[in-house]
Amino acid sequence: MLVHSAGGLFVLWAVATLTFFAVRLIPGDPAQAVLGGPGSQASPEALAAVRAEYGFDQPLLVQYLRELGRLATGDLGRSYALNMDVAPLLLAQLGGTLLLALLALAVAWLLALALATWSTLGGKTAWAVGSGIEITAAALPHFWLATALIILFSTWLGVLPPISTPGPVGLVLPVLTLAVPLAGFLGQIMRESFQAALESPFVLSARARGEGELGIRFVHVLRHAALPAVNLSGWAFGSLISGAVVVETIFARPGLGRTLLNAVTLRDVPVVIGVVLIVALAYILMTLVTDLAGALLDPRGRTA
Amino acid sequence: MSELEVQATLSRGERSRSRGRRVTPFEVLAVVVALFLLVAGLLPGLLAPGDPLGIDPAAAFQPPSPAHWFGTDESGRDIWTRVVHGAGTSLVIGFAATAIGLGVGLVLGTIAGMLGPAVDFSVNRLLEVLFAFPGLLLALLFILIFGPGVWTATVAVGLSASPGYARIIRGQLLAVRRSSFVEAATVLGRTRRQLLLRHILPNTLAPLFVLGTLGVGQAIVWASALSYLGLGAQPPAAEWGAMLSAGRTYLTTAWWMSFFPGLVIVLTAVAATVLGRAIERRARYA
Repeated sequence: MLVHSAGGLFVLWAVATLTFFAVRLIPGDPAQAVLGGPGSQASPEALAAVRAEYGFDQPLLVQYLRELGRLATGDLGRSYALNMDVAPLLLAQLGGTLLLALLALAVAWLLALALATWSTLGGKTAWAVGSGIEITAAALPHFWLATALIILFSTWLGVLPPISTPGPVGLVLPVLTLAVPLAGFLGQIMRESFQAALESPFVLSARARGEGELGIRFVHVLRHAALPAVNLSGWAFGSLISGAVVVETIFARPGLGRTLLNAVTLRDVPVVIGVVLIVALAYILMTLVTDLAGALLDPRGRTA
Repeated sequence: MSELEVQATLSRGERSRSRGRRVTPFEVLAVVVALFLLVAGLLPGLLAPGDPLGIDPAAAFQPPSPAHWFGTDESGRDIWTRVVHGAGTSLVIGFAATAIGLGVGLVLGTIAGMLGPAVDFSVNRLLEVLFAFPGLLLALLFILIFGPGVWTATVAVGLSASPGYARIIRGQLLAVRRSSFVEAATVLGRTRRQLLLRHILPNTLAPLFVLGTLGVGQAIVWASALSYLGLGAQPPAAEWGAMLSAGRTYLTTAWWMSFFPGLVIVLTAVAATVLGRAIERRARYA
């Protein structure tokens, strides 16, 4: 646990360092960028003032150490484009994205579980159909799935709003968009481990005791089948973050993803760095939680 | 784990009921899609003789019909023609990004797998750091620095995929190094260079065909996602993601503008997955 945390801190520091030096590769004067780019024709005095305010006139090493010091206290700097502090800005967006991602994760697990249960119950045809559905679902790009869902549910059927209105109704399409491809991946891996567990001796003995096929799946098999899928969580998280960028943009939903895309488009460096750091931190925490969950589900992996 | 590693794990673990050489209907479909893409990419004029950028304002917003199979867009451009001509762009992006990802991954993976534990440790830490930029994050950071465009998007996608390739290659390399035929060659007194070039690399590279096939599909999807977000190819270029993005404004009135370019992306991605797995299975049971 302690080793894990130290490793996590190292990764966080390395991410911050890498991003700090990477954004120095952006061509042009950062002071110009703060004042709205080369088109803004800022006066030399204004440029000098900005350089002093943001510390661009200091040696690189001093800037770097200052940045690290600021980051260590949770200060993410000031947005170039929005003229407000980055930390509160991103904190306000975090909740919406987190809700979206967690709901999508839950729905994806349910869908994958239903598909895996059904396709291992129904023999050869069900297996082939299930496999086909999963491969197709996994290949669906978020931006097209969202478009198709909007065409179907908003344009043709008119039952759901094409943009994400506040409240549960507005969440349906964004959550489905994120959940379906993820369910495709989770379903494939779950079906394989379902099948492997179904062929194991403990299932044979359960069958011999006369337990039903559905009961066997939920009582005995699920725990074994869940483990490989839990191990996918780190990747699933990344996929959900990438997906959030697309989904929040399409459904005009406020959140971290849309903020990130806007910041990349406007070259709002501090906001991009802020999102990168938050995502990296979340990824590290996620990996920790995954390891713990894995140990809970599978006693063999536990160390004394 | 990266998307590529997930894909690779899935295709290795597949306990398909039809093992060995039997060709499944899915595979036939995948080959048809791949052939279509190749023909469209190399000789687009054969399938669609029109000009993908030629406008005809009088024929704007036509729904699908025998004259315009996939309908027309806001300037009267034929969507079918644009989809066919977009295949070349997507294939070039897909192969270039995969080449970059595989190249960087091969260098990092070989360094880690061959130069001893200290180097292996350092490369692994580097990969760990890169994995903390999950999904499209690394690509977005790259575009922030070098600005949007087709080529930055291609390089960005390639670089985002490279840590995944590196980790798979490293694992493969270590497994091959520990195998008995390498041990035998070592005992026979082969030099390190001979070992690497004659025995280890060939046995590491064979599985890369599977990875590459899966990777091209994934790269095409990611690059079109970047174009869709306005960070890759720019309209009116006949690129699938950019076309989808242009159709977004007219979703309620002209659904075909978004639907068909997206359908081709999905078909490409499915075909790449199915082909990758088919190669994997045949390599295993050959």
